[in-house]
Amino acid sequence: MKLEIRGITKRFGALVANDHIDLVVEPGEIHALLGENGAGKSTLMNVLYGLYRADEGDILLDDVPQHFSGPGDAMAAGIGMVHQHFMLIPVFTVAENVMLGHEPTKAGGRLDLPTARAKVREISERFGFDIDPDALVEDLPVGVQQRVEIIKALSRDAKVLVFDEPTAVLTPQETDELIEIMRQLKAAGTSIVFITHKLREVRAIADRITVIRLGKVVGEASPTASNVELASLMVGRAVELTVDKGASVPGGPALVVEDLSVINPRGDVVVKNVSFDVCAGEVLVIAGVQGNGQTELTEALLGLQERVTGRITLDGKPLTGRSVRQILDAGVGFVPEDRTEDGIVAEFTIAENLMLDRSTAAPFVKAGNLQLDYRDQFAREKVTEFDIRTQGIDTHAGRLSGGNQQKVVLARELSRDLRMFVAAQPTRGLDVGSIEVVHSRIIETRDSGIPVIVISTELDEVTALADRILVMYRGGIIGIVPGDTSRDVLGLMMAGEAPAGTGAAA
Amino acid sequence: MSTETTAPATAGSAPEKTVITSWKAPIALGVFALLAVVLFVFTPRPADTSTFRLSTPSDVIQLPEIVLPTHATGIVMTVLLVALSAYSAWLVWQKRRVPLWLIVVFAVLFLIAFLAWAGAGASIPIYGLLIGTVSLSVPLIFGALGGVISERVGVVNIAIEGQLLAGAFASAVIASITGNPYVGLIGAAVAGVLVSFVLAAFAIKYFVDQIIVGVVLNVLVIGLTSFLFSQVLTENTELLNRPPRFEQIAIPILSEIPVIGPMLFRQSIIVYAMYVAVFLVWFGLFHTRWGLRLRAVGEHPQAADTVGIKVTTLRFWNVSLAGAIAGFGGAYFTLGSVGAFNKEMTAGMGFIALAAVIFGRWDPIRATLAALLFGFASNIQNVLGIIGSPVPSEFMLMVPYVVTIFAVAGLVGVSRPPAANGTPYIKS
Repeated sequence: MKLEIRGITKRFGALVANDHIDLVVEPGEIHALLGENGAGKSTLMNVLYGLYRADEGDILLDDVPQHFSGPGDAMAAGIGMVHQHFMLIPVFTVAENVMLGHEPTKAGGRLDLPTARAKVREISERFGFDIDPDALVEDLPVGVQQRVEIIKALSRDAKVLVFDEPTAVLTPQETDELIEIMRQLKAAGTSIVFITHKLREVRAIADRITVIRLGKVVGEASPTASNVELASLMVGRAVELTVDKGASVPGGPALVVEDLSVINPRGDVVVKNVSFDVCAGEVLVIAGVQGNGQTELTEALLGLQERVTGRITLDGKPLTGRSVRQILDAGVGFVPEDRTEDGIVAEFTIAENLMLDRSTAAPFVKAGNLQLDYRDQFAREKVTEFDIRTQGIDTHAGRLSGGNQQKVVLARELSRDLRMFVAAQPTRGLDVGSIEVVHSRIIETRDSGIPVIVISTELDEVTALADRILVMYRGGIIGIVPGDTSRDVLGLMMAGEAPAGTGAAA
Repeated sequence: MSTETTAPATAGSAPEKTVITSWKAPIALGVFALLAVVLFVFTPRPADTSTFRLSTPSDVIQLPEIVLPTHATGIVMTVLLVALSAYSAWLVWQKRRVPLWLIVVFAVLFLIAFLAWAGAGASIPIYGLLIGTVSLSVPLIFGALGGVISERVGVVNIAIEGQLLAGAFASAVIASITGNPYVGLIGAAVAGVLVSFVLAAFAIKYFVDQIIVGVVLNVLVIGLTSFLFSQVLTENTELLNRPPRFEQIAIPILSEIPVIGPMLFRQSIIVYAMYVAVFLVWFGLFHTRWGLRLRAVGEHPQAADTVGIKVTTLRFWNVSLAGAIAGFGGAYFTLGSVGAFNKEMTAGMGFIALAAVIFGRWDPIRATLAALLFGFASNIQNVLGIIGSPVPSEFMLMVPYVVTIFAVAGLVGVSRPPAANGTPYIKS
């Protein structure tokens, strides 16, 4: 089926998320939509899928104009979508998820589960998936959940399939498998729209590439274009794809973690018997696919986890069993993984956010009173120093862009007297410009002789920052390797294969 | 809290699990065992025997009365209770879970000992205890079913109390005017729906906090019905507040089964309607398209939206349906038991029904059982009041609420409400 988007415009108040976007996807073509976070890719796809109503413009399928009042209409017309955040109900089985919305029923309105199961099996076999229709979705690994999403779309006879950032949650190996599945779909005549900001994948599979920046189509490219060309088209200026960093000058081990285990409230052992150390003046990157215990390990370092066994020492002083306050006072700086949820208070001003974890003592508080003058002066200094783009220090942090919010968090944490710095997913969802700033700050921190831990799921970031790389898999350490380890080896390690020649408990 | 690893890790399998044990159960059991020692062993009663009656005088099959020696029973039961609490403490010590059967056996033994002790010298009508349990549970069960539907679709229903009260009021007035209790039943359901409409409109359409709307609705209905009662109903009692009551209908054969026959099958039409309602809600929720979509909307409304389900419409009508069911239950107060409307006659039953929803983990069958437990706790106070108990009746009035708190706080364990319960669905 041929999909044509003509002059789609979508406004949210004063913001123009999509500005007269044109796009044609031919039958059996894989068309990549490339753009940074916030460029308007997802908005466009939500318009296509009937979730948003466009202010102007038309959607045509096989040259017939469509008017979608909801996702139901879009699906009926043959558009399927694999969402970035899976639209699956965790407590339902695979079959129930697939049948939802177009349920086969028997007499008396009873659900016809056998028919739904057969449908799941039939589509699974066509693509060589191994999926149990009766498995609960929440028990499945993310890669398999994504296949359930694909089955869901195909069970409605989708002729145009939209993949919204499908590789964000996958291991490199799973990504390769997904690309293979997309090729199979293409061979079967399905048109595919592939939304991403990862250049490598685009070049691996796309037939045509459309680049979007700030809501506008800024150009088309062929898959043969180089990374630098695509990146500069996407960002609008020449970009530095590698981090400029010198060799590290590691000192002695500063942070020592011994036999650390963490158990979550449901009784799962999410981190098990983990031992490693971080030297002063080096960056240790903890890599791994999301959900392999990195979050819990980080939280355990900060005293945020309840059931922790083992030992953590910083400069010889124990951190285990201490309160979060004591750990912060011991000089641990922390950039949490979920910026808007844990990093800032959206309804507080920038000045208030900058003193959030310093409200216990002078100079910010004296005799229980906030020292407002000092706070504001401090905030103004930091806004300048970290180049936080804002109208003033009284702006609510929630109104800043993601990159500027992250700068607020960095400014707050790095302006304390640090003995260790932990940054979890420090560039998630940021634009390329902000990523450059965050990365150079992390390297600066390292060069000042502070041990740095970065938790990241993005291989690009892992290899750009790391002096050493620790790969986690299912709560354990699969190996600790040098920073220049190849992507292929890292990919295999992230999928659970210990590297040849290195001990798993290095 | 303490933990222990139970299974060795194997690569490629599900994550390793450990059992997180809690001292909550042994401590609670220990407290009750101690209470048993004090009451049943060291506080002897003047009479020597306790009599349990199992059959009503009109039963075809008459079971013999059971006569127990009061003090000896108390001592034997107390020893068993102490042993059970010690066993539960040992289990936790060994990093194992305290099984549910242990708690149930403990509760039953404690109850027998307590009844023998409290009813010493008198004859305790066990059949009355059970029949009353079912009757008292009727509004609780209807309320809980309404709560289950509403919360499963994602709207917190604090307004069950108001829906019950509105149903009670409407059924009394309408049945009195028409002289037909069946019309009163329909009126009760309509009144429940009207209360629900307000909840649905504010919570679903205007995203007002669901808890606040629910609480305000309860207060509104109490105020409105109390006003109408004192200003209108008491002036025209003959015309407006003398509804015909439903008669008891004994189902042939079934009602003659010893013990459970009178309890389940010698009841009024509302109780039979309740059996049907429990089955229909359970079947509907888990075996029909309606239930699948309803649960999907309560778990992940956006996912439901992306497969073409109209989230707000579905929520609106199912919250209304929940109101109809709860309102229907309200009719039991006037048409099934008391026979006239009275100020604030629901007396917090709606909130107990809400507790039953949570204790029953948002499952209609479990919620029904929870409601029966609460009904039993209410009725034990009535029965002991009749036979004359050494415990002051004002103290016994607390029992249902104490049981509710213990049940919801202590025994629920890890239960998971519908993920989107209480969160409005706002499309950006």
